[in-house]
Amino acid sequence: MEVILARGWGRFKTGFTELTAVMALALVLAPAFGVYPVFLMKALCFALFACAFNLLVGFGGLLSFGHAMFLGGGAYICAQTAKAWGWPPEAAILAGTLAASLMGLAVGLLAIRRQGIYFSMTTLALAQMAYFIFLQSPFTHGEDGIQSVPRGLLFGLIDLDHPLAMYYFVVALFVLAFLAIHRIVHSPFGHVLVAIRDNEPRAISLGYDVNRYKLICFALSSALAGLAGSVKAIVFQLASLNDVHWTMSGEVVLMTLVGGMGTLFGPVVGAFVIVGMHTYLASLGQWVTFTVGLIFVVCVLAFRKGIIGESTRWLAVLGVKGPEGK
Amino acid sequence: MTEVFGVPLPALLGQLLVGLVNGAFYAMLSLGLAVIFGLLNIINFSHGAQYMLGAVFTWMLLDRQQVSYWWALILAPMGVAAIAAVVERTMLSRLYLLDHLYGLLLTFGLALMIQGLFTNFFGSSGLPYVLPSEFSGSFDLGFMRLPRYRAWVVMASLLVCTATVLAIERTKLGSYLRAATENPLVVRAFGINVPRMITLTYAFGAGLAALAGVMAAPIYQVSPLMGTDLIIVVFAVVVVGGMGSIVGAIVTGYGLGVVEALTKVYYPEASNTVIFVIMAVVLLIKPAGLFGKER
Repeated sequence: MEVILARGWGRFKTGFTELTAVMALALVLAPAFGVYPVFLMKALCFALFACAFNLLVGFGGLLSFGHAMFLGGGAYICAQTAKAWGWPPEAAILAGTLAASLMGLAVGLLAIRRQGIYFSMTTLALAQMAYFIFLQSPFTHGEDGIQSVPRGLLFGLIDLDHPLAMYYFVVALFVLAFLAIHRIVHSPFGHVLVAIRDNEPRAISLGYDVNRYKLICFALSSALAGLAGSVKAIVFQLASLNDVHWTMSGEVVLMTLVGGMGTLFGPVVGAFVIVGMHTYLASLGQWVTFTVGLIFVVCVLAFRKGIIGESTRWLAVLGVKGPEGK
Repeated sequence: MTEVFGVPLPALLGQLLVGLVNGAFYAMLSLGLAVIFGLLNIINFSHGAQYMLGAVFTWMLLDRQQVSYWWALILAPMGVAAIAAVVERTMLSRLYLLDHLYGLLLTFGLALMIQGLFTNFFGSSGLPYVLPSEFSGSFDLGFMRLPRYRAWVVMASLLVCTATVLAIERTKLGSYLRAATENPLVVRAFGINVPRMITLTYAFGAGLAALAGVMAAPIYQVSPLMGTDLIIVVFAVVVVGGMGSIVGAIVTGYGLGVVEALTKVYYPEASNTVIFVIMAVVLLIKPAGLFGKER
């Protein structure tokens, strides 16, 4: 990516704007073509989750294996504030996002003390701790989760119980968050982040406070994951242990890997593919776990750049420059 | 009755024993992880699945073939080690030049595949394994009763750990292993077949996990999911101990098993989380782990 940034900045930007517009348009029109909004909303929540995760792993080079704690944490706080405290949806979502970013700060402070594999193991272990804490806290209702969370009136005006109103709210939030991630990645901050990913000792020698950058990246990523979880809690009116379990952390790694780590559109594509797979293969029971594992193995062995990464490479071979470069 | 901080002594000792047994498994599993990590530089996420395979093979040997526990103690680890050797040759060996995280992702995928496959065949509920008759009953120590099988687990695990440490520290093969951990290229230049050593090391680590699985079969429920939550705890044990030292992995394993048991006695609410809390504290004070070196 760094090469393209230096060489074809203008083109990169144009391609991105056009593709984002196409994506947004497709999302706006999809219900009119009979695509089930609930499926789309689920896929969008996971797409946002995967984008948040990708910000950390793709651009910060930090593979967190515990991102479910931010998705689930955000969902629990959002559900609690919306249901028990009667907050309006926008305030509840904000609360969930804030809570997740605070969790991210605390976890990040510990986890960035180790690098590489240790970082992954540490985040996994801390997420398991969070899982048990949520399991035992009375407010989460253990195995039942927080059920029938009210969707409420958005800004006191729009009734989110209307399926399409809910859907377009999710689309708007997703597109905004997606643009925000694009902005972060292409800001000076994002460039320093990529520099740290590619050569940490060099970034240190250039005088960057590497740990501060990593920590901010971790907190941003967990805040966005918390946003995804909060929206998910409002959409499905449920916050449950599934969202904090480590399998969810594995799932988001898979989505990002399938779509393409370090590309902006990759996680979105990956999330749609994996959510689609879960929806259509649900009848296969435990074979789903097997299939998920198989996709992991195939991706790691033969398809490391993911769908977007590989197709960009093929486009480059054919002489077309895609929006993602690399 | 004697009491220690308000807890009757026999209850406390009973929990301590449970802690030692758990610690025996933590120690064996983190030892295998440490040996693999030392040479291959990957975290073997399949370790929990390989532990589970050991237990399930043991159950299958008895249930389908009437093969006794003692034979399973040899056959199951050898079977798992053979599978692991094939996996290393065909898949893992392609990843050594890449970021080490790909090894983690690959073994994670493999773990899911194994787990999914076996859940299909056996369901997720536990399969009971009958304790071999040699182990029924318990020793009367006067102040408490010590079930024979638990005594065996702790003794056998100590024996295996000590033997592994001695093999690495004292034998010629062990010295090759240590040398290859330091600098594989130079060791290769001396005419030692490092790729084969890597395969054997991975197989050995996986076999160790399977051996722990065989020993776990009569105590814990044999189930396709038995390894998944355990492996996360073992990861925390490894972070606390630090990967630098083999002995450190063993000591931390036993230590944290006992700490977890004591927490169960004095503050049961935290017994699930105490190891993770300790991990957080260790990361704050000594990021490299108790026995680790920064590298």
